Amino acid sequence: MSTEAAAPSGLQIHPMDQFVVKPLFGGETINFYTPTNVTLWMALTVLCVIGLLVLGTRGRAIVPNRVQSIAELAYGFVHKMVEDVAGKDGLKYFPYIMTLFIFIVFANFLGLLPMAFTTTSHIAVTATMALAVFFFVTILGIVKNGVGFLSLFWISAAPLVLRPILALIEIISYFVRPVSHSIRLAGNMMAGHAVIKVFAGFAGVLGVGAIAPVAAITAVYALEVLVSFIQAYVFAILTCVYLKDALHPHH
Amino acid sequence: MEGDIVQMGAYIGAGLACTGMGGAAVGVGHVVGNYIAGALRNPSAAAGQTATMFIGIAFAEALGIFSFLVALLLMFAV
Repeated sequence: MSTEAAAPSGLQIHPMDQFVVKPLFGGETINFYTPTNVTLWMALTVLCVIGLLVLGTRGRAIVPNRVQSIAELAYGFVHKMVEDVAGKDGLKYFPYIMTLFIFIVFANFLGLLPMAFTTTSHIAVTATMALAVFFFVTILGIVKNGVGFLSLFWISAAPLVLRPILALIEIISYFVRPVSHSIRLAGNMMAGHAVIKVFAGFAGVLGVGAIAPVAAITAVYALEVLVSFIQAYVFAILTCVYLKDALHPHH
Repeated sequence: MEGDIVQMGAYIGAGLACTGMGGAAVGVGHVVGNYIAGALRNPSAAAGQTATMFIGIAFAEALGIFSFLVALLLMFAV
């Protein structure tokens, strides 16, 4: 944070301040058991998931009410996605992908509330999920296919001369997967919220006449709602793609 | 003085890193544009390929996010 002391004058916009992890009840030191704003918003995310999926569907009505139909919609959406992308035998792992999708969706949407903290904007959070997916998929592939899993890297459709080079590229891209998987989500969330904060800073400087920044905030906010959903969808669908690779490694 | 020059270099580098996001924009536009072009020619096949389009968008976009990350690192971490 070298910029704090360097710019004493001019526009006072700190778009990255919203991503600082703070202890909830005062104090400075953060241990692993300290309740921080991250833990608060993660707990709220879990509570929202429980509210929608457990309490919402408790009635098990034949004609669902509003909350139950939203929950059924989400379930059917993810179920169809897993079936389409990972295939019929990927459906065994549907609960994991549903968990990831619903958690990310609610974390992203809760982060859009004013004064909220976006837990998925931290690479520590997304990297944990991405590494979990990576290890799960790799171990599953080795358990299911044994040595045959390595044929994922040996593309038999290519000419024999090219195969070692392609294998090298495939291995590199395989191990970059958790990096891109996590940074995509965290970067999108961070960038969008920072943009909103920058426009809010313009509005603060202009005062009453700030029609253009407020209109821009509205537009960016609408875009962020879309991005929040699409990033959760992309995270889940890429998990499905990796899962398909693990189940059927032969090209 | 020397620190100022270093910081100036970091800021210029951050700005230059952001040009990489333009490449991601071109990539995402290319993917979606081709999807739309294909979908208008054969609308019945479009629904099955939406997931593929989003995967393509995700891959194209990740590289732009990487350049954004480099810009952030130069601004706040170096």
